[in-house]
Amino acid sequence: MTVLYIILPLALLIVFIAVAAFVWAARKGQFDDLETPAMRALHDEVGDQKGPPKP
Amino acid sequence: MSTVRSAAASPRPLACDHCGLDVPATLVDAASERQFCCTGCRTAYAILHEHGLGQYYAFGEKRDTPVRPTGKRYEEFDHEAFRSLYVKPLRGGLCEVELYLEGVHCSSCVWLVERVPLLLTGVVRADLDIRRARAHVEWDPVVVSLSAIAQQLDVLGYAPHPFRGVAAETMRRKEDRAMLMRIGIAGALAANIMLLALALYSGWFTGMDIEWERYFRLVSLLLTIPALFGPGWLFFRGALASLRTRRLHIDLPIAVALLAGFSRGAVNTITGTGPIYFDAVSILVFLLLSGRFLQNRGQRAAADAAELLGSLAPNAARVIDESGERELPVEALLPGMVMTVRAGETFAADGDVTAGRSATDCSLLTGETRPEGVDIGSPVYAGTVNLTGPLMVKVTRSGEMSRLGALLRRMEESTRRRAPVVQLANAIAGWFVAVVLVLAVVAYVYGLRHDPAHALDNAIALLVVTCPCALGLATPLAITVAIGRAAKAGILIKGGDAIEALNRPGLILLDKTGTVTEGRVRLVRWEGAEQVKPLVAALERGSNHPIAIAVQQAWPVIGTLDAANVRQTAGGGIEGDVGGVHVIVGSPVFVARRIGAQDQAPDVRIEAYAEEGLTPVWIAVNGSVVARAGFGDPVRSDARVSIDRLRALGWRVALLSGDHPAVVRGTAQLLGIDLADATGGASPEDKLRRVEEARARGTVLMVGDGVNDAAAIAAATVGVGVHGGAEASMSAADVYLARPGLAPLVELVEGSRRTMLVIRNNILFSIAYNVLGATLALLGLLDPLIAAVLMPISSLSVVLTSWRGRTFDAAVAPRGAALALSSIPVAEAAR
Repeated sequence: MTVLYIILPLALLIVFIAVAAFVWAARKGQFDDLETPAMRALHDEVGDQKGPPKP
Repeated sequence: MSTVRSAAASPRPLACDHCGLDVPATLVDAASERQFCCTGCRTAYAILHEHGLGQYYAFGEKRDTPVRPTGKRYEEFDHEAFRSLYVKPLRGGLCEVELYLEGVHCSSCVWLVERVPLLLTGVVRADLDIRRARAHVEWDPVVVSLSAIAQQLDVLGYAPHPFRGVAAETMRRKEDRAMLMRIGIAGALAANIMLLALALYSGWFTGMDIEWERYFRLVSLLLTIPALFGPGWLFFRGALASLRTRRLHIDLPIAVALLAGFSRGAVNTITGTGPIYFDAVSILVFLLLSGRFLQNRGQRAAADAAELLGSLAPNAARVIDESGERELPVEALLPGMVMTVRAGETFAADGDVTAGRSATDCSLLTGETRPEGVDIGSPVYAGTVNLTGPLMVKVTRSGEMSRLGALLRRMEESTRRRAPVVQLANAIAGWFVAVVLVLAVVAYVYGLRHDPAHALDNAIALLVVTCPCALGLATPLAITVAIGRAAKAGILIKGGDAIEALNRPGLILLDKTGTVTEGRVRLVRWEGAEQVKPLVAALERGSNHPIAIAVQQAWPVIGTLDAANVRQTAGGGIEGDVGGVHVIVGSPVFVARRIGAQDQAPDVRIEAYAEEGLTPVWIAVNGSVVARAGFGDPVRSDARVSIDRLRALGWRVALLSGDHPAVVRGTAQLLGIDLADATGGASPEDKLRRVEEARARGTVLMVGDGVNDAAAIAAATVGVGVHGGAEASMSAADVYLARPGLAPLVELVEGSRRTMLVIRNNILFSIAYNVLGATLALLGLLDPLIAAVLMPISSLSVVLTSWRGRTFDAAVAPRGAALALSSIPVAEAAR
């Protein structure tokens, strides 16, 4: 059972990483517009001239 | 828009290859494979094909409006005054700007707007936010000018305007992100604390080493601290503010319960005895934050009103001075300058006419659909449209000082002045808070005397079990669910306060034009010989007067005659020679004067026309009246039924319009509205006053579609913007109906009633639940641990009833409502 002393902090570390990723995404404005990207996804196919968005 | 090419064989008109609309017979080019309804569409089509963007046509989602480029040169976009206001420099010499685009509405628009500007060298990035109709453009000013980018968008029919509310928008966006982060963090922490709690509970029944129990409790504590003082800090801030302003707020008991639960849990963790409340505390933070987020989001949109309208006002004026004619941004416009305004253009500022004669369309300001004649010395106003001839105008007031600017300011004020949402739950919560706090203290003091060992536990059990979680969650959740369902039915509700207010029947003020009527002038009656029709059609063909447009629509393919010596008289009529005869078409007074018959007795038919709400137009050929036509704005087919239904629900229905009083009375008669309740000739200021007066007596529901209604809509208890209206009225409105007609208005009122019923049931339930819980806790029968388990159960049941409640019926939504929703911020191309 002593493995819990390692596993639990490890699990919490993963949680921390997930939360950090979420906070990063929210800060970057990934959740600001939930409509347009969905429409955009339909288009990025044939003969696309638009490259990946430059930051 | 699925009109197929084979339609050529049938008498049905051809569909435009760009927008899919019918091609007018006169524009059909038999030799060409491609057909276009206008030059705008032709140009857009050419551009797309030239650059290999023909893929656009494969999306199947074509425009349903023709491309109408304004043809502006957007020189003002390169002006210094414009640059300092709207353009933000970026690193590397790039610049960025937020542009508000007219007419974007579907995924094809997204595709076009994000690609076409990139065809210009120097444009680095173009992103469109379809819901807000805003494009973010980054470019290199050395290589390409912003005006060129603007022209490119304009050619495709997306007239750009600088977005004038960037600062407020940035702030709101920051708030939204912060709230989202809080919820995310609180949720992740709460979930993990719950997992630990699960282990602890099961250990409680099956036995658990004291070592592991202490370890788990310690980890729970470590996780609760960031949850409580990170995301949960919001409630402590609210509680502190509530203490400072001495007003009971729902945050106060929440903060007390959170703090009490946490402190007791922390002490118990260290001593190793008794329950910890960390799971309850953390999940509470998460649920309450979620409820608040849902509640805030909808109310947000209402704040955008004036910014959007500001963005729509014209950006530029052509000013004449010693150095000749040049375009200036409105910001650089000063009183005393002289500007030229061509026919069809919008005035950029208030001023006095110094040269020229014309007619103006003031419907933006007054709602009056009939054109108004202007002459030297007449005042003209920003936002109104010059219809017939070029004018020179000396600027008297511009920007914020103009009549339009002042109207916008008042609109903004009434939006701001609106009392913060006093929801039923909040009203109850105040009392609730006081009672719970008093009870907790009583329980504690009483406990100290009789049962010191359990005194604190009982008090905490009371605080936890009576936590206003259900109260705090029930209302926002039920409202959010209702708003979601309503949206599917084509009714857009921006805030919960509208739903609540709609439950107290009061006065409904309906704007006439575009709301109860179709909003377009049509030829309604014709009294005269068929042979006269081609004469009138020929005369009116070249004019863009509303009456002329109605004639063109009524008889699109009639005769091939040409008119000569055509002369238009503003506010009078039109005359000219057609096929060898002299034809005069105009108001009865004008026609009588032109044929020299003014001494005759006034025509009784004029009265009859006015009573029916029609604009009379007389037609004289070679000096005698041969035909009479009535032009009007037909009442929508569902108006009568809807109004009767609203009356049955207890509302008083009145008309409030800027149109001619006689026309408004005529419409009222058709709809069965009491003539005393039909007000015509109301200016926007009058409308605002009328709404404010009525508000003193009760609920006021203002329904309108124009900019002239915007201030009144913002001031009303509940403002409703209708399908096809101006953007300003939509953003000022609490509710926007994405379907035409008045039937959605009835659904709105009925759905709101049902939603309130669900909320009342929820509140009733949570009160009953809380009373029961509090009684048990006071009697010392409730262990804090059990209280912590019961608490989420009450929340869950509230969630279920909110979800299940039948509020708005999405099934009645016609196809296309969803599409209409995606175009909320974009009205049918604003003038």
